[in-house]
Amino acid sequence: MIGRPRVLLLALLLLALLSLLLSLTSGTVNTGWHDLLALYRGEADAITAQVILELRWPRSAAAFTTGGLLALAGSLMQVLLRNPLADPYVLGVSGGAASGALLALLFGLGGFWLQGAAFSGALLSMLLVFGLSHGSGNWTTSRLLLTGVVIASGWGAVIGFLLALSPEQGLRNMVFWLMGDLSYASLPTTGSVILLGGLLAATAMGRSLNILIHGDLTAGALGIAVMPLRRLVYLLASLLTATAVTLAGSIGFVGLIVPHMLRLLGVRDHRLLLPAAVLLGGSLLVCADTLARTLLAPRQLPVGILTAMLGVPLFLLLLHHGRTLHGLDNR
Amino acid sequence: MTLLETRALEVAIGSTTVCCSLDLAINAGERWCILGRNGAGKTTLLLTLAGLRPPQSGYIALRQQALSALPRRQVAQLIGILFQEQTDVFPANVFDTVLTGRHPWLGPLQWESDTDRAMARTALKAVGLADIEQRIVTTLSGGERRRLGIATLLTQDPQLLLLDEPTNHLDVHHQIQILQLLSDLATEDNRALLLIMHDLNLAARYCDRFLLLFGDGETAQGSAADVLTRPYLERLYQHPLLPLQGPQGQVWIPQ
Repeated sequence: MIGRPRVLLLALLLLALLSLLLSLTSGTVNTGWHDLLALYRGEADAITAQVILELRWPRSAAAFTTGGLLALAGSLMQVLLRNPLADPYVLGVSGGAASGALLALLFGLGGFWLQGAAFSGALLSMLLVFGLSHGSGNWTTSRLLLTGVVIASGWGAVIGFLLALSPEQGLRNMVFWLMGDLSYASLPTTGSVILLGGLLAATAMGRSLNILIHGDLTAGALGIAVMPLRRLVYLLASLLTATAVTLAGSIGFVGLIVPHMLRLLGVRDHRLLLPAAVLLGGSLLVCADTLARTLLAPRQLPVGILTAMLGVPLFLLLLHHGRTLHGLDNR
Repeated sequence: MTLLETRALEVAIGSTTVCCSLDLAINAGERWCILGRNGAGKTTLLLTLAGLRPPQSGYIALRQQALSALPRRQVAQLIGILFQEQTDVFPANVFDTVLTGRHPWLGPLQWESDTDRAMARTALKAVGLADIEQRIVTTLSGGERRRLGIATLLTQDPQLLLLDEPTNHLDVHHQIQILQLLSDLATEDNRALLLIMHDLNLAARYCDRFLLLFGDGETAQGSAADVLTRPYLERLYQHPLLPLQGPQGQVWIPQ
Protein backbone atom coordinates (compact mmCIF):
# COMPACT_ATOMS: atom_id res chain seq x y z
CA MET A 1 0.00 0.00 0.00
CA ILE A 2 2.80 2.46 0.89
CA GLY A 3 4.47 2.19 -2.49
CA ARG A 4 1.32 2.21 -4.61
CA PRO A 5 0.92 5.96 -5.12
CA ARG A 6 4.51 6.29 -6.22
CA VAL A 7 4.18 3.36 -8.61
CA LEU A 8 1.07 4.90 -10.13
CA LEU A 9 2.66 8.32 -10.61
CA LEU A 10 5.72 6.68 -12.17
CA ALA A 11 3.56 4.63 -14.52
CA LEU A 12 1.64 7.73 -15.57
CA LEU A 13 4.87 9.66 -16.10
CA LEU A 14 6.05 6.84 -18.35
CA LEU A 15 2.74 6.91 -20.20
CA ALA A 16 3.07 10.65 -20.72
CA LEU A 17 6.60 10.26 -22.14
CA LEU A 18 5.55 7.40 -24.42
CA SER A 19 2.55 9.30 -25.74
CA LEU A 20 4.71 12.33 -26.49
CA LEU A 21 7.35 10.21 -28.26
CA LEU A 22 4.64 8.43 -30.24
CA SER A 23 3.12 11.72 -31.31
CA LEU A 24 6.53 13.10 -32.34
CA THR A 25 7.23 10.10 -34.56
CA SER A 26 3.83 9.74 -36.26
CA GLY A 27 2.56 11.77 -39.15
CA THR A 28 2.47 12.05 -42.95
CA VAL A 29 6.23 12.50 -43.18
CA ASN A 30 7.55 9.09 -42.28
CA THR A 31 9.75 9.27 -39.21
CA GLY A 32 10.73 6.68 -36.66
CA TRP A 33 12.38 6.36 -33.28
CA HIS A 34 15.80 6.39 -34.96
CA ASP A 35 15.05 9.89 -36.28
CA LEU A 36 14.42 11.12 -32.75
CA LEU A 37 17.69 9.55 -31.69
CA ALA A 38 19.48 11.18 -34.64
CA LEU A 39 17.87 14.50 -33.75
CA TYR A 40 19.09 14.14 -30.19
CA ARG A 41 22.62 13.52 -31.44
CA GLY A 42 22.35 16.45 -33.87
CA GLU A 43 22.67 14.15 -36.90
CA ALA A 44 19.17 14.49 -38.35
CA ASP A 45 18.60 16.04 -41.77
CA ALA A 46 17.04 19.47 -42.02
CA ILE A 47 13.55 18.39 -43.10
CA THR A 48 13.12 15.78 -40.39
CA ALA A 49 14.36 18.26 -37.82
CA GLN A 50 11.94 20.90 -39.05
CA VAL A 51 8.95 18.53 -39.10
CA ILE A 52 9.61 17.26 -35.60
CA LEU A 53 10.74 20.45 -33.88
CA GLU A 54 8.62 23.08 -35.60
CA LEU A 55 5.46 21.21 -36.56
CA ARG A 56 4.97 18.30 -34.22
CA TRP A 57 6.60 19.36 -30.95
CA PRO A 58 4.59 22.60 -30.48
CA ARG A 59 1.37 20.76 -31.27
CA SER A 60 2.15 17.79 -28.99
CA ALA A 61 3.16 20.14 -26.20
CA ALA A 62 -0.04 22.13 -26.68
CA ALA A 63 -2.07 18.90 -26.61
CA PHE A 64 -0.40 17.75 -23.40
CA THR A 65 -0.82 21.11 -21.69
CA THR A 66 -4.46 21.41 -22.74
CA GLY A 67 -5.23 17.87 -21.58
CA GLY A 68 -3.50 18.52 -18.26
CA LEU A 69 -5.34 21.81 -17.75
CA LEU A 70 -8.72 20.24 -18.51
CA ALA A 71 -8.19 17.22 -16.27
CA LEU A 72 -7.02 19.42 -13.40
CA ALA A 73 -9.90 21.88 -13.86
CA GLY A 74 -12.38 18.99 -14.05
CA SER A 75 -11.11 17.42 -10.83
CA LEU A 76 -11.39 20.78 -9.05
CA MET A 77 -14.90 21.48 -10.38
CA GLN A 78 -16.08 18.07 -9.16
CA VAL A 79 -14.83 18.86 -5.66
CA LEU A 80 -16.20 22.40 -5.72
CA LEU A 81 -19.67 21.36 -6.82
CA ARG A 82 -19.59 17.99 -4.99
CA ASN A 83 -20.96 16.57 -8.18
CA PRO A 84 -19.43 13.67 -10.08
CA LEU A 85 -21.03 14.95 -13.30
CA ALA A 86 -19.29 18.32 -13.20
CA ASP A 87 -16.76 19.09 -15.92
CA PRO A 88 -14.64 22.20 -16.59
CA TYR A 89 -17.36 23.66 -18.81
CA VAL A 90 -20.37 23.22 -16.56
CA LEU A 91 -20.23 26.77 -15.18
CA GLY A 92 -20.13 28.47 -18.57
CA VAL A 93 -16.43 29.33 -18.90
CA SER A 94 -16.18 27.60 -22.28
CA GLY A 95 -19.40 29.22 -23.51
CA GLY A 96 -17.96 32.64 -22.79
CA ALA A 97 -14.71 31.70 -24.50
CA ALA A 98 -16.55 30.28 -27.52
CA SER A 99 -18.67 33.41 -27.87
CA GLY A 100 -15.53 35.54 -27.82
CA ALA A 101 -13.74 33.29 -30.29
CA LEU A 102 -16.65 33.08 -32.73
CA LEU A 103 -17.01 36.85 -32.62
CA ALA A 104 -13.34 37.15 -33.54
CA LEU A 105 -13.73 34.58 -36.33
CA LEU A 106 -16.80 36.42 -37.61
CA PHE A 107 -14.66 39.52 -38.07
CA GLY A 108 -11.99 37.44 -39.75
CA LEU A 109 -9.52 37.76 -36.88
CA GLY A 110 -7.10 34.99 -36.00
CA GLY A 111 -3.99 34.20 -34.03
CA PHE A 112 -3.43 36.52 -31.11
CA TRP A 113 -6.79 38.29 -31.45
CA LEU A 114 -8.69 35.02 -31.56
CA GLN A 115 -6.94 33.82 -28.40
CA GLY A 116 -7.38 37.16 -26.73
CA ALA A 117 -11.09 37.20 -27.52
CA ALA A 118 -11.54 33.64 -26.26
CA PHE A 119 -9.69 34.36 -23.01
CA SER A 120 -11.61 37.60 -22.43
CA GLY A 121 -14.91 35.79 -23.01
CA ALA A 122 -13.91 33.10 -20.52
CA LEU A 123 -12.89 35.67 -17.89
CA LEU A 124 -16.10 37.63 -18.44
CA SER A 125 -18.19 34.51 -17.92
CA MET A 126 -16.20 33.51 -14.84
CA LEU A 127 -16.68 36.92 -13.19
CA LEU A 128 -20.34 37.05 -14.19
CA VAL A 129 -21.06 33.70 -12.53
CA PHE A 130 -18.93 34.60 -9.52
CA GLY A 131 -20.73 37.90 -9.00
CA LEU A 132 -24.24 36.66 -9.65
CA SER A 133 -23.98 33.51 -7.52
CA HIS A 134 -22.92 35.55 -4.49
CA GLY A 135 -26.37 37.03 -4.05
CA SER A 136 -27.09 37.94 -0.46
CA GLY A 137 -23.80 36.60 0.78
CA ASN A 138 -24.90 32.98 0.46
CA TRP A 139 -22.48 31.20 -1.78
CA THR A 140 -24.02 27.75 -1.76
CA THR A 141 -23.16 24.91 -4.09
CA SER A 142 -26.59 24.73 -5.66
CA ARG A 143 -26.72 28.49 -6.20
CA LEU A 144 -23.35 28.44 -7.91
CA LEU A 145 -24.28 25.43 -10.02
CA LEU A 146 -27.62 26.89 -11.11
CA THR A 147 -26.13 30.30 -11.94
CA GLY A 148 -23.36 28.64 -13.93
CA VAL A 149 -25.69 26.35 -15.83
CA VAL A 150 -28.05 29.21 -16.70
CA ILE A 151 -25.19 31.44 -17.84
CA ALA A 152 -23.84 28.51 -19.89
CA SER A 153 -27.15 28.11 -21.70
CA GLY A 154 -27.19 31.86 -22.28
CA TRP A 155 -23.84 31.53 -24.02
CA GLY A 156 -25.31 28.64 -26.00
CA ALA A 157 -27.83 31.05 -27.47
CA VAL A 158 -25.10 33.59 -28.25
CA ILE A 159 -23.10 30.86 -30.01
CA GLY A 160 -26.14 29.83 -32.07
CA PHE A 161 -26.75 33.45 -32.98
CA LEU A 162 -23.14 33.96 -34.11
CA LEU A 163 -23.23 30.74 -36.14
CA ALA A 164 -26.44 31.89 -37.83
CA LEU A 165 -24.86 35.26 -38.68
CA SER A 166 -21.70 33.71 -40.06
CA PRO A 167 -21.14 33.40 -43.82
CA GLU A 168 -20.92 29.84 -45.27
CA GLN A 169 -17.15 29.77 -45.71
CA GLY A 170 -16.49 30.75 -42.09
CA LEU A 171 -18.66 28.02 -40.61
CA ARG A 172 -16.12 25.21 -40.94
CA ASN A 173 -13.56 27.12 -38.89
CA MET A 174 -16.17 27.88 -36.26
CA VAL A 175 -17.36 24.30 -35.96
CA PHE A 176 -13.78 23.07 -35.65
CA TRP A 177 -13.13 25.63 -32.92
CA LEU A 178 -16.26 24.60 -31.07
CA MET A 179 -15.32 20.92 -31.16
CA GLY A 180 -11.79 21.60 -30.07
CA ASP A 181 -8.94 21.80 -32.51
CA LEU A 182 -5.19 21.88 -32.08
CA SER A 183 -4.10 22.43 -35.69
CA TYR A 184 -3.15 26.07 -35.15
CA ALA A 185 -1.60 25.51 -31.76
CA SER A 186 1.76 27.12 -31.06
CA LEU A 187 4.22 26.28 -28.29
CA PRO A 188 2.16 26.80 -25.10
CA THR A 189 4.65 28.74 -22.97
CA THR A 190 2.10 30.70 -20.93
CA GLY A 191 -0.25 27.74 -20.81
CA SER A 192 2.35 25.40 -19.37
CA VAL A 193 3.38 27.97 -16.76
CA ILE A 194 -0.27 28.34 -15.70
CA LEU A 195 -0.66 24.55 -15.64
CA LEU A 196 2.39 24.07 -13.47
CA GLY A 197 1.47 26.91 -11.11
CA GLY A 198 -2.12 25.69 -10.90
CA LEU A 199 -1.02 22.14 -10.20
CA LEU A 200 1.30 23.22 -7.41
CA ALA A 201 -1.35 25.46 -5.83
CA ALA A 202 -4.08 22.81 -6.11
CA THR A 203 -1.90 19.99 -4.79
CA ALA A 204 -0.88 22.17 -1.85
CA MET A 205 -4.60 22.45 -1.02
CA GLY A 206 -5.01 18.71 -1.55
CA ARG A 207 -5.74 17.66 2.03
CA SER A 208 -8.32 20.43 2.40
CA LEU A 209 -9.96 19.32 -0.85
CA ASN A 210 -10.17 15.75 0.49
CA ILE A 211 -12.31 17.18 3.28
CA LEU A 212 -14.24 19.76 1.27
CA ILE A 213 -15.63 16.87 -0.77
CA HIS A 214 -17.51 15.72 2.37
CA GLY A 215 -19.48 18.97 2.39
CA ASP A 216 -19.16 22.53 3.67
CA LEU A 217 -20.34 21.83 7.22
CA THR A 218 -17.97 18.90 7.75
CA ALA A 219 -15.13 20.95 6.28
CA GLY A 220 -15.94 23.87 8.57
CA ALA A 221 -16.09 21.58 11.58
CA LEU A 222 -12.64 20.22 10.72
CA GLY A 223 -11.12 23.68 10.71
CA ILE A 224 -11.31 24.73 7.08
CA ALA A 225 -12.20 28.32 6.23
CA VAL A 226 -14.75 27.09 3.70
CA MET A 227 -15.70 30.24 1.79
CA PRO A 228 -12.16 31.46 1.05
CA LEU A 229 -11.19 27.94 -0.04
CA ARG A 230 -14.22 27.57 -2.30
CA ARG A 231 -13.61 30.96 -3.91
CA LEU A 232 -10.00 30.03 -4.52
CA VAL A 233 -10.92 26.68 -6.06
CA TYR A 234 -13.54 28.34 -8.27
CA LEU A 235 -11.13 31.00 -9.53
CA LEU A 236 -8.35 28.48 -10.07
CA ALA A 237 -10.54 25.98 -11.94
CA SER A 238 -12.00 28.75 -14.09
CA LEU A 239 -8.59 30.18 -14.91
CA LEU A 240 -7.30 26.72 -15.89
CA THR A 241 -10.36 26.13 -18.07
CA ALA A 242 -10.05 29.55 -19.70
CA THR A 243 -6.41 28.79 -20.51
CA ALA A 244 -7.27 25.39 -21.98
CA VAL A 245 -10.13 26.74 -24.07
CA THR A 246 -7.94 29.56 -25.34
CA LEU A 247 -5.29 27.04 -26.42
CA ALA A 248 -7.52 24.60 -28.26
CA GLY A 249 -11.23 25.41 -28.15
CA SER A 250 -13.70 23.39 -26.11
CA ILE A 251 -12.38 19.86 -26.16
CA GLY A 252 -14.94 17.76 -24.40
CA PHE A 253 -14.72 14.71 -22.18
CA VAL A 254 -11.14 14.89 -20.87
CA GLY A 255 -12.08 16.99 -17.87
CA LEU A 256 -15.02 14.76 -17.00
CA ILE A 257 -13.59 11.28 -17.32
CA VAL A 258 -9.95 11.60 -16.25
CA PRO A 259 -10.75 12.26 -12.56
CA HIS A 260 -13.26 9.42 -12.64
CA MET A 261 -10.82 7.02 -14.25
CA LEU A 262 -8.39 7.73 -11.43
CA ARG A 263 -11.10 7.36 -8.77
CA LEU A 264 -12.12 4.04 -10.27
CA LEU A 265 -8.47 2.99 -10.06
CA GLY A 266 -8.75 3.69 -6.33
CA VAL A 267 -7.02 7.10 -6.23
CA ARG A 268 -8.97 9.31 -3.82
CA ASP A 269 -6.39 11.47 -2.10
CA HIS A 270 -6.27 14.74 -4.05
CA ARG A 271 -2.62 15.22 -3.23
CA LEU A 272 -2.08 12.25 -5.55
CA LEU A 273 -5.16 12.54 -7.75
CA LEU A 274 -4.41 16.04 -9.03
CA PRO A 275 -0.88 15.39 -10.36
CA ALA A 276 -2.05 12.02 -11.68
CA ALA A 277 -4.94 13.74 -13.48
CA VAL A 278 -2.59 16.18 -15.18
CA LEU A 279 -0.38 13.33 -16.44
CA LEU A 280 -3.29 11.15 -17.56
CA GLY A 281 -5.25 14.02 -19.13
CA GLY A 282 -2.18 15.23 -20.97
CA SER A 283 -1.34 11.74 -22.28
CA LEU A 284 -4.92 11.10 -23.33
CA LEU A 285 -5.12 14.29 -25.33
CA VAL A 286 -1.72 13.72 -26.96
CA CYS A 287 -2.86 10.27 -28.11
CA ALA A 288 -6.20 11.64 -29.30
CA ASP A 289 -4.52 14.43 -31.21
CA THR A 290 -2.04 12.03 -32.81
CA LEU A 291 -4.96 9.94 -34.04
CA ALA A 292 -6.86 13.07 -35.12
CA ARG A 293 -4.10 14.03 -37.51
CA THR A 294 -3.06 10.58 -38.73
CA LEU A 295 -6.27 8.54 -38.89
CA LEU A 296 -7.62 10.09 -42.11
CA ALA A 297 -4.39 11.83 -43.18
CA PRO A 298 -3.96 14.20 -44.92
CA ARG A 299 -7.38 15.13 -43.67
CA GLN A 300 -7.49 16.32 -40.03
CA LEU A 301 -10.30 15.66 -37.61
CA PRO A 302 -11.27 17.90 -34.67
CA VAL A 303 -9.53 16.34 -31.69
CA GLY A 304 -12.73 16.58 -29.62
CA ILE A 305 -14.22 13.72 -31.64
CA LEU A 306 -11.23 11.53 -30.83
CA THR A 307 -11.25 12.26 -27.09
CA ALA A 308 -14.81 10.97 -26.97
CA MET A 309 -13.99 7.96 -29.15
CA LEU A 310 -11.03 7.04 -26.94
CA GLY A 311 -12.58 8.09 -23.68
CA VAL A 312 -15.97 6.38 -23.86
CA PRO A 313 -14.77 2.76 -24.23
CA LEU A 314 -11.87 3.30 -21.83
CA PHE A 315 -14.21 4.71 -19.21
CA LEU A 316 -16.84 1.99 -19.64
CA LEU A 317 -14.16 -0.67 -19.34
CA LEU A 318 -12.91 0.83 -16.09
CA LEU A 319 -16.43 1.27 -14.78
CA HIS A 320 -17.17 -2.38 -15.41
CA HIS A 321 -13.88 -3.46 -13.88
CA GLY A 322 -14.06 -1.02 -10.97
CA ARG A 323 -17.57 -2.08 -10.04
CA THR A 324 -16.43 -5.44 -8.83
CA LEU A 325 -13.32 -3.94 -7.26
CA HIS A 326 -14.76 -1.12 -5.23
CA GLY A 327 -18.23 -2.20 -4.34
CA LEU A 328 -20.01 0.44 -6.43
CA ASP A 329 -22.82 -2.08 -6.87
CA ASN A 330 -23.75 -1.85 -3.23
CA ARG A 331 -24.30 1.90 -3.18
CA MET B 1 -12.47 25.60 33.77
CA THR B 2 -15.08 27.11 31.47
CA LEU B 3 -14.65 25.87 27.90
CA LEU B 4 -17.57 27.48 26.15
CA GLU B 5 -19.61 30.38 27.40
CA THR B 6 -22.53 32.31 25.93
CA ARG B 7 -23.93 35.64 27.06
CA ALA B 8 -27.37 36.95 26.04
CA LEU B 9 -27.29 34.63 23.03
CA GLU B 10 -30.15 34.98 20.59
CA VAL B 11 -30.54 32.30 17.93
CA ALA B 12 -33.35 32.04 15.41
CA ILE B 13 -34.04 30.02 12.29
CA GLY B 14 -36.88 30.86 9.94
CA SER B 15 -39.73 32.03 12.14
CA THR B 16 -38.60 29.94 15.14
CA THR B 17 -36.77 31.62 17.99
CA VAL B 18 -34.47 28.98 19.44
CA CYS B 19 -33.37 31.04 22.43
CA CYS B 20 -33.70 34.76 23.05
CA SER B 21 -31.25 35.41 25.87
CA LEU B 22 -29.26 32.35 26.71
CA ASP B 23 -26.47 32.43 29.27
CA LEU B 24 -24.69 29.13 29.24
CA ALA B 25 -21.37 27.99 30.67
CA ILE B 26 -20.00 24.59 29.72
CA ASN B 27 -17.14 23.48 31.94
CA ALA B 28 -14.57 20.74 31.46
CA GLY B 29 -15.83 17.42 32.79
CA GLU B 30 -19.52 18.27 32.34
CA ARG B 31 -21.97 16.20 30.32
CA TRP B 32 -24.69 18.42 28.86
CA CYS B 33 -27.81 17.35 27.05
CA ILE B 34 -30.09 19.50 24.90
CA LEU B 35 -33.73 18.40 25.01
CA GLY B 36 -36.60 19.69 22.92
CA ARG B 37 -39.33 18.89 20.44
CA ASN B 38 -38.67 18.37 16.72
CA GLY B 39 -38.07 21.74 15.12
CA ALA B 40 -37.29 23.51 18.40
CA GLY B 41 -33.87 24.43 16.99
CA LYS B 42 -31.57 22.01 18.82
CA THR B 43 -29.37 21.43 15.78
CA THR B 44 -29.32 25.14 14.93
CA LEU B 45 -28.11 25.93 18.44
CA LEU B 46 -25.44 23.23 18.21
CA LEU B 47 -24.16 24.64 14.89
CA THR B 48 -24.12 28.14 16.39
CA LEU B 49 -22.12 26.95 19.40
CA ALA B 50 -19.66 25.29 17.04
CA GLY B 51 -19.20 28.62 15.23
CA LEU B 52 -20.61 27.25 11.99
CA ARG B 53 -23.58 29.61 11.96
CA PRO B 54 -23.70 33.22 13.18
CA PRO B 55 -26.11 34.00 16.07
CA GLN B 56 -28.70 36.79 15.77
CA SER B 57 -27.06 38.56 18.66
CA GLY B 58 -25.09 37.85 21.81
CA TYR B 59 -21.62 36.65 22.57
CA ILE B 60 -19.95 33.23 22.45
CA ALA B 61 -16.55 32.71 24.02
CA LEU B 62 -14.30 29.71 23.65
CA ARG B 63 -11.81 29.62 26.51
CA GLN B 64 -12.48 33.32 27.17
CA GLN B 65 -11.86 34.34 23.55
CA ALA B 66 -14.56 35.50 21.15
CA LEU B 67 -15.48 32.45 19.03
CA SER B 68 -16.13 34.45 15.86
CA ALA B 69 -12.66 36.01 16.01
CA LEU B 70 -10.76 32.72 16.34
CA PRO B 71 -9.32 31.05 13.23
CA ARG B 72 -11.39 28.00 12.16
CA ARG B 73 -8.42 25.71 12.59
CA GLN B 74 -7.90 26.71 16.22
CA VAL B 75 -11.63 26.24 16.90
CA ALA B 76 -11.49 22.76 15.36
CA GLN B 77 -8.68 21.78 17.72
CA LEU B 78 -10.97 22.49 20.67
CA ILE B 79 -14.50 21.80 19.39
CA GLY B 80 -15.56 18.71 17.46
CA ILE B 81 -19.04 18.09 16.14
CA LEU B 82 -20.97 15.03 14.98
CA PHE B 83 -23.68 15.96 12.51
CA GLN B 84 -27.10 14.36 12.38
CA GLU B 85 -26.65 12.99 8.88
CA GLN B 86 -23.63 12.67 6.67
CA THR B 87 -24.12 12.28 2.93
CA ASP B 88 -21.22 11.38 0.70
CA VAL B 89 -21.21 11.75 -3.05
CA PHE B 90 -17.75 10.40 -3.76
CA PRO B 91 -16.59 7.05 -2.43
CA ALA B 92 -14.06 7.14 0.40
CA ASN B 93 -12.88 4.27 2.54
CA VAL B 94 -13.44 4.01 6.28
CA PHE B 95 -9.84 4.52 7.32
CA ASP B 96 -9.26 7.63 5.18
CA THR B 97 -12.49 9.12 6.49
CA VAL B 98 -11.46 8.64 10.12
CA LEU B 99 -8.05 10.07 9.33
CA THR B 100 -9.67 13.37 8.20
CA GLY B 101 -10.17 14.01 11.92
CA ARG B 102 -6.47 14.88 12.14
CA HIS B 103 -6.87 17.77 9.69
CA PRO B 104 -6.96 20.62 12.24
CA TRP B 105 -3.74 19.39 13.82
CA LEU B 106 -1.67 19.25 10.64
CA GLY B 107 0.13 22.13 8.92
CA PRO B 108 -0.92 23.10 5.40
CA LEU B 109 1.65 20.94 3.62
CA GLN B 110 2.07 18.30 6.31
CA TRP B 111 1.20 14.65 5.68
CA GLU B 112 -0.41 12.40 8.26
CA SER B 113 2.21 10.73 10.43
CA ASP B 114 2.27 7.22 11.88
CA THR B 115 1.03 8.72 15.16
CA ASP B 116 -2.01 10.14 13.35
CA ARG B 117 -2.66 6.76 11.73
CA ALA B 118 -2.34 5.03 15.09
CA MET B 119 -4.89 7.45 16.57
CA ALA B 120 -7.30 6.67 13.75
CA ARG B 121 -6.88 2.92 14.34
CA THR B 122 -7.43 3.31 18.09
CA ALA B 123 -10.62 5.29 17.44
CA LEU B 124 -11.92 2.68 14.98
CA LYS B 125 -11.22 -0.02 17.54
CA ALA B 126 -13.04 1.95 20.25
CA VAL B 127 -16.25 2.02 18.22
CA GLY B 128 -15.87 -1.56 16.98
CA LEU B 129 -15.09 -0.84 13.32
CA ALA B 130 -11.46 -2.01 13.31
CA ASP B 131 -12.02 -4.90 10.91
CA ILE B 132 -13.72 -2.90 8.17
CA GLU B 133 -11.23 -0.08 7.74
CA GLN B 134 -10.90 -0.66 4.00
CA ARG B 135 -14.66 -0.70 3.28
CA ILE B 136 -16.16 2.06 1.13
CA VAL B 137 -18.21 4.37 3.34
CA THR B 138 -21.25 4.31 1.06
CA THR B 139 -21.60 0.56 1.62
CA LEU B 140 -21.92 0.87 5.42
CA SER B 141 -25.17 0.52 7.32
CA GLY B 142 -26.72 3.48 9.13
CA GLY B 143 -25.39 2.37 12.51
CA GLU B 144 -21.91 1.71 11.15
CA ARG B 145 -21.80 5.18 9.59
CA ARG B 146 -22.86 6.68 12.90
CA ARG B 147 -20.00 4.94 14.69
CA LEU B 148 -17.65 5.99 11.87
CA GLY B 149 -18.63 9.62 12.56
CA ILE B 150 -17.91 9.14 16.25
CA ALA B 151 -14.54 7.55 15.48
CA THR B 152 -13.68 10.58 13.31
CA LEU B 153 -14.61 12.83 16.20
CA LEU B 154 -12.40 10.82 18.58
CA THR B 155 -9.52 11.14 16.11
CA GLN B 156 -10.04 14.89 16.03
CA ASP B 157 -9.38 14.83 19.79
CA PRO B 158 -11.29 17.99 20.80
CA GLN B 159 -11.91 19.22 24.36
CA LEU B 160 -15.60 19.91 23.72
CA LEU B 161 -17.62 17.32 21.82
CA LEU B 162 -20.94 18.39 20.32
CA LEU B 163 -23.02 15.43 19.17
CA ASP B 164 -26.31 15.65 17.32
CA GLU B 165 -28.26 12.50 18.23
CA PRO B 166 -25.23 10.23 18.63
CA THR B 167 -27.40 7.15 19.23
CA ASN B 168 -29.39 7.59 16.03
CA HIS B 169 -29.50 4.29 14.04
CA LEU B 170 -27.70 2.40 16.83
CA ASP B 171 -28.96 -0.84 18.33
CA VAL B 172 -29.37 -1.07 22.11
CA HIS B 173 -25.95 -2.63 22.67
CA HIS B 174 -24.17 0.04 20.66
CA GLN B 175 -26.24 2.84 22.21
CA ILE B 176 -24.96 1.93 25.64
CA GLN B 177 -21.43 1.22 24.44
CA ILE B 178 -21.12 4.58 22.62
CA LEU B 179 -22.72 6.61 25.40
CA GLN B 180 -20.44 4.96 27.97
CA LEU B 181 -17.43 5.70 25.77
CA LEU B 182 -18.45 9.36 25.44
CA SER B 183 -19.34 9.66 29.10
CA ASP B 184 -15.89 8.36 30.08
CA LEU B 185 -14.31 11.11 27.99
CA ALA B 186 -15.93 13.61 30.34
CA THR B 187 -15.60 11.86 33.67
CA GLU B 188 -12.13 10.35 33.21
CA ASP B 189 -10.54 12.62 30.62
CA ASN B 190 -12.03 15.92 31.80
CA ARG B 191 -13.52 16.83 28.43
CA ALA B 192 -16.96 18.38 28.00
CA LEU B 193 -19.92 16.82 26.17
CA LEU B 194 -23.00 18.43 24.70
CA LEU B 195 -25.44 15.91 23.28
CA ILE B 196 -28.77 16.27 21.55
CA MET B 197 -30.90 13.32 22.64
CA HIS B 198 -34.46 12.19 22.22
CA ASP B 199 -34.31 9.30 24.68
CA LEU B 200 -35.04 10.95 28.00
CA ASN B 201 -34.00 7.93 30.04
CA LEU B 202 -30.63 7.49 28.35
CA ALA B 203 -30.09 11.24 28.66
CA ALA B 204 -30.84 11.12 32.38
CA ARG B 205 -28.48 8.20 32.81
CA TYR B 206 -25.46 9.63 30.97
CA CYS B 207 -25.76 13.40 31.39
CA ASP B 208 -25.58 15.65 34.43
CA ARG B 209 -26.63 19.03 32.97
CA PHE B 210 -29.68 19.70 30.86
CA LEU B 211 -30.75 22.51 28.56
CA LEU B 212 -34.43 22.51 27.63
CA LEU B 213 -35.52 24.38 24.50
CA PHE B 214 -39.24 25.05 24.59
CA GLY B 215 -39.42 26.17 20.97
CA ASP B 216 -40.65 29.69 21.73
CA GLY B 217 -37.32 31.20 22.75
CA GLU B 218 -37.72 30.17 26.39
CA THR B 219 -35.12 27.87 27.89
CA ALA B 220 -34.46 26.15 31.18
CA GLN B 221 -31.23 24.64 32.40
CA GLY B 222 -29.88 22.84 35.40
CA SER B 223 -29.29 19.45 36.94
CA ALA B 224 -31.67 16.50 36.62
CA ALA B 225 -33.27 17.40 39.94
CA ASP B 226 -33.85 20.97 38.74
CA VAL B 227 -35.31 20.49 35.28
CA LEU B 228 -36.18 16.84 34.69
CA THR B 229 -39.46 17.36 36.47
CA ARG B 230 -42.94 16.48 35.29
CA PRO B 231 -44.14 20.09 34.71
CA TYR B 232 -41.05 21.03 32.70
CA LEU B 233 -40.98 17.84 30.63
CA GLU B 234 -44.70 17.85 29.87
CA ARG B 235 -44.43 21.47 28.76
CA LEU B 236 -41.34 20.58 26.71
CA TYR B 237 -42.87 17.66 24.83
CA GLN B 238 -46.53 18.67 25.04
CA HIS B 239 -47.24 15.10 26.02
CA PRO B 240 -48.17 13.51 29.35
CA LEU B 241 -45.28 11.62 30.94
CA LEU B 242 -45.30 9.18 33.84
CA PRO B 243 -42.30 8.85 36.18
CA LEU B 244 -41.60 5.29 37.31
CA GLN B 245 -39.03 4.10 39.82
CA GLY B 246 -36.80 1.58 38.02
CA PRO B 247 -33.90 -0.46 39.38
CA GLN B 248 -31.41 2.13 38.04
CA GLY B 249 -33.35 5.20 39.07
CA GLN B 250 -36.28 7.11 37.71
CA VAL B 251 -37.55 6.40 34.18
CA TRP B 252 -40.08 8.35 32.15
CA ILE B 253 -42.88 6.54 30.34
CA PRO B 254 -44.91 8.44 27.74
CA GLN B 255 -48.63 7.90 28.28
